[in-house]
Order: sequence, then structure tokens, then C-alpha cells
Amino acid sequence: MLEVKDLHVTVEGKEILKGLSLTVNAGEVHAIMGPNGAGKSTLSAVIAGKDGYEVTSGTITFEGQDVLEMEIEERALAGMLLGFQYPVEIPGVKNIYLLKAALNAQRAANGQGDMPAPEFMKLIKAKIAEMKMDASFLQRAVNEGFSGGEKKRNEILQMLVLQPKLAMLDEIDSGLDIDAMRIVADGVNSLRAADRGILLVTHYQRLLDYIIPDHVHVLVDGRIAKSGGKELAHELESRGYDWVVEESAA
Amino acid sequence: MSDVQTFLDRLAERTEARRQAHGPEPTWIAARRQAGAARFDAMGFPDRRVEAWKYTDVRPIARGDFALTDSGDFSQASAAALTLPIVAHRLTFVDGVFSAALSDLGELPAGVAVLPLSRALAENHEAVGGPLGRLTGVEFSPFSALNTAFMEEGAVVRLAPGSVVKKPILLQFLSRANAQPVMSHPRVLIEAGARSQATVIEHHVGETEAANFTNLVAELMLDRGAILTHYKLQEAPLSDLHVASIHVEQGRDSRYTSFNLNLGGGLVRNDLITELNGEGAVANFYGLFYGQGRQHIDNHTLANHNAPRTFSNENYKGILDDRARGVFNGKVVVKRDSQKIEGFQSNANLLLSDRAEIDTKPELEIYADDVKCSHGSTTGQLDEEAVFALRTRGIDEQTARGLLTLAFAGEVMELVELAAVAERVELAVAGKLPERFNLSGLVEAAILLHDD
Repeated sequence: MLEVKDLHVTVEGKEILKGLSLTVNAGEVHAIMGPNGAGKSTLSAVIAGKDGYEVTSGTITFEGQDVLEMEIEERALAGMLLGFQYPVEIPGVKNIYLLKAALNAQRAANGQGDMPAPEFMKLIKAKIAEMKMDASFLQRAVNEGFSGGEKKRNEILQMLVLQPKLAMLDEIDSGLDIDAMRIVADGVNSLRAADRGILLVTHYQRLLDYIIPDHVHVLVDGRIAKSGGKELAHELESRGYDWVVEESAA
Repeated sequence: MSDVQTFLDRLAERTEARRQAHGPEPTWIAARRQAGAARFDAMGFPDRRVEAWKYTDVRPIARGDFALTDSGDFSQASAAALTLPIVAHRLTFVDGVFSAALSDLGELPAGVAVLPLSRALAENHEAVGGPLGRLTGVEFSPFSALNTAFMEEGAVVRLAPGSVVKKPILLQFLSRANAQPVMSHPRVLIEAGARSQATVIEHHVGETEAANFTNLVAELMLDRGAILTHYKLQEAPLSDLHVASIHVEQGRDSRYTSFNLNLGGGLVRNDLITELNGEGAVANFYGLFYGQGRQHIDNHTLANHNAPRTFSNENYKGILDDRARGVFNGKVVVKRDSQKIEGFQSNANLLLSDRAEIDTKPELEIYADDVKCSHGSTTGQLDEEAVFALRTRGIDEQTARGLLTLAFAGEVMELVELAAVAERVELAVAGKLPERFNLSGLVEAAILLHDD
């Protein structure tokens, strides 16, 4: 589904990713872990198309398409969605309008007309219940005045509505208390499907107690230094990152 | 020949032609004309050394040679395409000339009169002569003097005490593409009796190629408890020149709400002034201006708190693209002993291009000590992070920018109660946003679904 090959990325002249390769297949949950500053967030930002990241070499393909040639919105329409670590506040744009505009953009890309209002409301109602959010959220401006936990739930809500093929979640656990974490994890787990890939970027193993990954990768100094199964996350939790850093330097 | 002389010559020709066609005018009108002409002659057009005109160069008007017209011809089809799709009591003026063919007053409630100025004068000129010019004299500005010298047509609205007009009163000013540009000096006179209530829409619109000069004076008198909502929807062609002086006088417990929505016009100057003369009077000034190309939009507002316990609330939003220029000057004056007043003022601007410019100046003058006043202004660009965030959800860039621009205008647009007006403005500001108008319904549906 997603194939990243020997990706080199510089930000403001500084090389952050130095030859990262990664393959995510449909049905798999991948967790990318690593110490601060290793480039974890850079990967998902580059895939989403954020400005300021220069790909100096390497490729990213999604279902055979060259991702780097696609506009930001085309990437989303192709099925790649990024859940932000710090979701931006968008004053004046109501949540419900964002959801409707996004969903209808996706339908238009698939040659479908707008979803009829009753059907749309039924869908939204089910999804906000799943995220244990109040209907009043729909009327509020996107993320404006939301708590940290509410913002993260809102990101997952968008995923639940838009049903991406590849869900990328950047530090979705940061700043969450345990209750909010459970709700977010339940939401992500409900996205697990045979035809969907999930890429989690996280610093802490804690999240992975709730969302059990199939593959864990350790990102050190812009490269994947070690890959393994879910047990690798536990090992990192007890031993820290230093041993991987040393191993990769050796 | 000086710029001023060109206008005075036109005036002399016009006055003579009128005399030959209709005989002498009532003395008071002739006297006002003379006073207006004398004042205009003495002052001339304002240059940019005059503080109130510091940011607005009126040379495109001063150097113009504008004819006067007697023709109100306008194709029914193009009028229909331009008009607001709204059920209203409608008066139409074409380049200032009343068009009976394009007017339809329908059935007005008892005690309510809506008529062209020419007819009001013909019926009873003395009833007009009392209020007309009481708020906007020839001293106000060279343009009010010029208007007084030339005035012929306009709209008179009289609301008897207690009368309520449910449908909006639409005053439509159409600008025509003429071989030679023309000028018009419309007068609007609204007398809202005690506890009367009405909504008046002043709509300026025209043919794309038009390049005329409109110099309007409006005087709005709200007696005790009257409620008047005044929309000024400015969608004039981009070569049109437009100056408007709007004076409001408010009695006790009256409420005046202005929506000054400016989308069109090449050079636009609005002066909006209210005199809050009675306790409990409330004035709301809501404005939205959207300029593109080389449009120049200047809004000067003034709230005079002449009595205690009066309230003014102002919120102007400006959106400027390309090389458009905006001017906002909002002033709140609290007279001595006008205690317990509240005056709030805010102006926020969004610059969509590096070459767009805004000059903004909120002013407060307070001569009382027990007052609550605030003012502020901000200017910024679209939040690129928000544009990115929307695009990552599959929303195309143009829609994303449109959404965010509209969101910026939201605070003002949310208050617009007339869907036809809101739609015009939203389309202009944001381009076509699908399903926009079903949103409120959606949200209500969301709450209903959640409740059951």
C-alpha cells in the first residue's frame, strides 16, 4: 500500500531523514517509535505534503502512485489522512462543515454526488457517539477552545467519517489522560480493517498497550534502526532507546 | 476650467432647463440649492491635506465630466438579473432617475408611505422641506453641498407611529453603461415614527461597463422606540464612483442597525453618523468590505453619544485582495454628562495579497467619566496552517481559502437575517461553496438527532 524507499528529507537545510525505508501493507498496524528529534513527525508530515520539507532523494508511493507528485488534497482523496499532533484551530469554520466539505470532496473524487443530509446526519451521529463527543461539537469552530483531548478525539472523528485507506496518527497520545487515551484508542482500533493500513508515530509505548501494532520500528537519526513485532515496544519501554542508538552506531 | 467650475456649469444648465420645463421651484428648494452651490464653490473638492480625506483621493470624481440624465430606461431583463431575489416593497432608480416600470411597492401597511422624492415634493413640498437637510446640511462636506445643489430625486419613507413593515423596503439604485458617464445626487429621507419598525435595503448595482458617479445623502430619523434595520448593499460596477453621507438621529429607546456591506464600486466613501439623542438608544454598525483589483473603499463612522445610557456597538471587517485599498475610521464621541454609556468598536482586516493596503483608525473622545468604551483593530493574513489542515482533509485549496475567508467575515455575516443579502455577499467573498446554505439546517438536525 505505502512504500517509502531510501527517503532523504531536509528541513531548513538540515537533513532530518537520511535514507528511511518502510513498507506498510493493507491490514497492518505499524508503530514508529524513537527518541525526540529522530525525525518521527517528519515522515508523516512529508507524506501529507506539508510545506518546508525538501525531499532530496528517495521515493514515496501509495498504491503505485508517486505521492510526491500529488497535491496535498489529492493525497487525502487518494486515501491518506494525517491526524495531527497539534491540530490547528480554525476559527469560524464549524466542525460539521469541515466534515461535510471533506466527505463530499471525497465522494466527488469517486464520482459520487453529495451525501443526502439525513444520511450524513445519521453517519455523523453514530461517529460522534463512538468518540463520546457531544453533538454541540459539530456547531463549534474546528478545534477552537477545545482541550487537548478534545482536539485529538476530533482528529479521530474525522478519520472515522472519512475512512481513509491509510491512517497516519502523529503522537496522537500526547497530552491525553487515560480516559481520553482509551476513547482515542478505541476509535483507532475500530479503524483496523483488512483493507486499511495504520501508521502510528509515538514516543511512548503506553499507547501501544491499547492499540496493539503488528510492526514496530525504531527511528534513530533519520533511519529505521530496528524493526520487530509488538514485543519490541515493550523492550523499548523497559530499556529505553539508548541501546538501539548504540546498536545502530556500531 | 477648474474641476469645481465644471460642476457649477452643469448646475447652471440644469437649473435653467428645469425652470424652462417646470417653471420655478418652491423658494426653499431654490434657496438650498444656492446655499449648496455657494458652499461647494467655497470649499471645492477635498484634497488629501484635509484630515477626513487623508487616505482617499477624490480626483477621479473631481476631474470627471458627468452629464445629468432624465432617462430611467433600463432593460427589464438585465434589471431582473441584477435585482435582489427578495419579496419587498421596491423603488428603483436608474442613474438617479425614478423608474416606475421597475418599481413595485405592492401593498403597504396603513400609515406607511414609500415614494420617490419627486412625488413627495409634488404632493406636499412643505412636508419634505421640514426634515430634508435637517441632519445633513451643506456644511457637512463638499459632497453634501454638491448633493444639495443638484438634488432632484430619491426616496421618502414615512412610518406612522406604531406601524410595522414586515417585508423589507428595497431602494434599488441601478447604474447604467452610458456613452458619457453621468452623475446622480439621490436623497433618502426616512422618518420612522415612535415604535415603528422596518427594514430598508439600499442596493447599489449596475451594468458591468458602467462608470457613473453617485453622490447620495441619506437622513434617517428614528423617533422614540423606533426600530430600523438598514442594509446598504453596495455592488456597483467596478468603475462606478460612490460617495454616501448617511446621518441618523435616534430618539429615546430607538434602535438603529446598519449593515454596510461593500463589495462593489471603484471608489467608495461612506460617512455613517448617528446622533444618540435619547436615553436607551442603541446603534449597531456592522460592516463588511471586500475589495479587489484596484478598488478603494473608505468607511468613516461616528457615533455621537449625546445622552446618558446610550449604546453603540460597531464591528467592521475588511477583506482586501490584489491592490485594493481600504480605509476605516471609526469614532465614538461621548458628550459631557453622557454617563453610563457603552461604546464598543472593532475593526479587523484580512489582507489576501501583499499589495493590498488598509489604513485603520479607531478613535474615542470621552468627556464623561462613568462610561464603558473599548476599541481595537487588527490586520492579518489567512492562516496558512489552517489552509493546509483543510487540504489534508481533501478539500481543494480554493474552497479551503474561500471557507477561511468566509469564516473571517462570519461574525458580521451571522447577523445578516436576509438570506438573499447573505448569499450575495458570501458568493462574492468566498466563491461558490456547495451546500453552504443547508448548514444551519444540518446543525439543527444534529441536535434533534442527538436529543432523541
